[in-house]
Amino acid sequence: MLKRVSRRYAAERRFRLLGLFAVGVSVLFLAFLLYSMAAKGLGGFVHYEAALPIDFARSDLMIDPASLRGPDAQQTVASADLETAISQAATATYGDRAAEMFGDGAVNALTKEILQRPQILSGRTTLWLPLGSKLDIAAKHRGDAHSEQLVEMLRTKHALRSSFNGGFLTASDSTDPSSVGVWGALKGSFLTILVTILLAFPVGVLAAVYLEEFAARNRWTDAIEVSINNLAAVPSIIFGLLGLAVFLNVMNLPRSAPLVGGMTLALMTMPVIVIAGRNAIKSVPPSIRDAALGVGASKMQVTFHHVLPLALPGILTGTIIGMARALGETAPLLMIGMRAFIATPPGGIADPATVLPVQIFLWSDEVDRGFVEKTSAAIIVLLLFMLLMNGLAIYLRNRFERRW
Amino acid sequence: MSLGLAFAAILMVAFAAAWAGFARGKRLRTAGRLHSLPVYHGAYAALWAAIPALLLIAAWAPIQSRLVDQSVLSSPEGRALPSFEMQRDSILSEAREIAFGQREQGFNPQSTTLAPRIKAEESRFALIGGVGAIALALLGAALALRRSAPQFRARAGVERWLMILLVAASLIAILTTLGILLSLMFESLRFFRLYPVQSFIFGLEWSPQTAIRADQAGSSGAFGAIPLMWGTFFVGAIIAMIVAVPLGLMSAIYLTQYAHPTVRAWLKPILEILAGVPTVVYGYFAALTVAPAVRDLGLSLGISSASSESALAAGLVMGIMIIPFISSMADDSIAAVPQAMRDGSLAMGATRSETIRRVLLPAALPGVIGGVLLAVSRAIGETMIVVMAAGLAANLTANPFASVTTVTVQIVQLLTGDQEFDSAKTLAAFALGLALFLITLLLNLIALHVVRRYREQYE
Repeated sequence: MLKRVSRRYAAERRFRLLGLFAVGVSVLFLAFLLYSMAAKGLGGFVHYEAALPIDFARSDLMIDPASLRGPDAQQTVASADLETAISQAATATYGDRAAEMFGDGAVNALTKEILQRPQILSGRTTLWLPLGSKLDIAAKHRGDAHSEQLVEMLRTKHALRSSFNGGFLTASDSTDPSSVGVWGALKGSFLTILVTILLAFPVGVLAAVYLEEFAARNRWTDAIEVSINNLAAVPSIIFGLLGLAVFLNVMNLPRSAPLVGGMTLALMTMPVIVIAGRNAIKSVPPSIRDAALGVGASKMQVTFHHVLPLALPGILTGTIIGMARALGETAPLLMIGMRAFIATPPGGIADPATVLPVQIFLWSDEVDRGFVEKTSAAIIVLLLFMLLMNGLAIYLRNRFERRW
Repeated sequence: MSLGLAFAAILMVAFAAAWAGFARGKRLRTAGRLHSLPVYHGAYAALWAAIPALLLIAAWAPIQSRLVDQSVLSSPEGRALPSFEMQRDSILSEAREIAFGQREQGFNPQSTTLAPRIKAEESRFALIGGVGAIALALLGAALALRRSAPQFRARAGVERWLMILLVAASLIAILTTLGILLSLMFESLRFFRLYPVQSFIFGLEWSPQTAIRADQAGSSGAFGAIPLMWGTFFVGAIIAMIVAVPLGLMSAIYLTQYAHPTVRAWLKPILEILAGVPTVVYGYFAALTVAPAVRDLGLSLGISSASSESALAAGLVMGIMIIPFISSMADDSIAAVPQAMRDGSLAMGATRSETIRRVLLPAALPGVIGGVLLAVSRAIGETMIVVMAAGLAANLTANPFASVTTVTVQIVQLLTGDQEFDSAKTLAAFALGLALFLITLLLNLIALHVVRRYREQYE
């Protein structure tokens, strides 16, 4: 008897441990995922710079200092062959093998420096310029033997320092990993989400109000409900196909534009908002409606003056969660052509653009090893935005939602 | 004038109408007893000004592009174009890009000469549409303003418009569903005219590359969907569920039955973070970290065919992604089991695990099964993880270390990169999309039915 009881208790303990194990696996996986992204990606926010003495007076650069004060300053500098100048200066200081020490990142930095302080063009200055991708990897982890040697030499000469890579947050896509940034993709994401929220929020809220407050129980209402519930579970890539077939091929809207991306994502997020909205409206007690009707308000007034404001925090919470999902969505946007290489941030909702998740996908396909940490760094940026939005949703829920 | 400008003008007219209606209402109020508040007089005028005109613009935009095409083609520059349709279309789209300033110069000299014509026609028709819409807005505003009088029921009018808006908003859901079905079916029908249906559904070979030379290997242009269906099923319904169902179910049991409330309050949101991580992040993780580890494992087990793009890597990560979903579904169905059944079992002397295994789980089983079906439907529609980690080779294999491909991977593969819209390759993507849509729809319907029937049993 006692033996049997102890056996049963042992089974109980095993079962309980199994449960703990299951939760533990999930939590550990999440921790591992976040840790591996952070470990790989934090390096993307830091880059190594090397000191480079440049003698502008003796270089072949043909920049007229007078034109730098004019409105075409940007163009003047861009048309000058800075790359050769940097390469020459590098070989002069560090020997022949340093010719390809710097990449596009250094050219951008030098352009900025010249525009800010044109007087440096007249003499010899030492500038700290970001290293090219190969050497940057060698300085951080380990690269090929050639780059390692160069980095070692720079270290012994105290010509190497690491600093925050501000360009990563302000630059756009590029073919050279040392000069890429997420700003273009972030701006594309903002514009896309803006279109999404402008379309999905009003439509979703109005549909929820109709279904909860006005709809008669008939076949039409059933059809609407069934299609909303189904749309919420349709794979996102199908919405991409819809966008491609309808928005691009039938309506002839511009390809790769945040407008089309936002419209596609709006169709995808609307059911989520409707479902959240209905739950929020349902939780407003009937006594509120009765009281308002009792003092002579019309049904519309009851809904828009009393029920909707009380349900709004719940609706907003659902909306933000839906928007966070739309922000992380990749597949439907690939379908409508938002995967092109776009080096300038979009100026409006009809310009070609890319979004952050698609940018991550594109970088993950690059062969260049420098893109690995950039991809992870972009993922960190994306996860931060997700965290921010979900945090906002939780805050709204705790701060404003009332239990009746 | 562009339609965007007309849009702004209509909004301005609407604002002006709102202000005029409000002012008129206020004046009328001093004259006598007013049926509706002045605000409603304003809103009434604004709605009449804005809505018909905006509808006109929305309807005009697609008509306009067609009219522009027509008149460009009938112009002297247009008639000089080659009559072969594909060539003409590519010149036209190039010319369009030049006209809108998206590109400087076309490959074809004809597109450069065509561009000013397109621009002129575009602005001509936009002017017609824009002026028409603004006129309609002014007309609507004037009519609405004329009607406002002390006894005029402006509020009822506004509420009628609101009601129309409400119905229209909820009809968008139906329109979207119809749009998905019709567009997928339309393109699929075009595909099935090029390629027989039965070979698509029952074909065992998938290699969409059409051969350029006759002797080219591996490019037969075969569109047999069975290998894709199997790959999708293998990754999403077998491997992912082997990971997700036990872990998700046990997590739910632990969190609801054993965990201390404070522990639960912390662990549940952490689990939900797993569901909120964007799938592209999972895909990157699967491709960069999990896939090499799986390949090394396979090689050390002596499987020489272990690929760095394996079904196992994609399925594992997908399973982890699904855990919170299964866990919350199981949570709901266990919570729906009546307390009396649990208490009865405990009172008979059963331990907690015995109660859970013998009483709660059997009672909650239909709900759990419904949840698993929903999870499967989500897993087979998942795109980014498999695109980044599962590979492209359409193998009909049950070896988890081999590379398989899925429906979603092939859709992405067929539709990205250079494409013309009429080729069998592009249309095949829509046929795959239709298949995916129907399968997930069926799974969802069954799952919802199971869950609903089971809920009713206890209520």
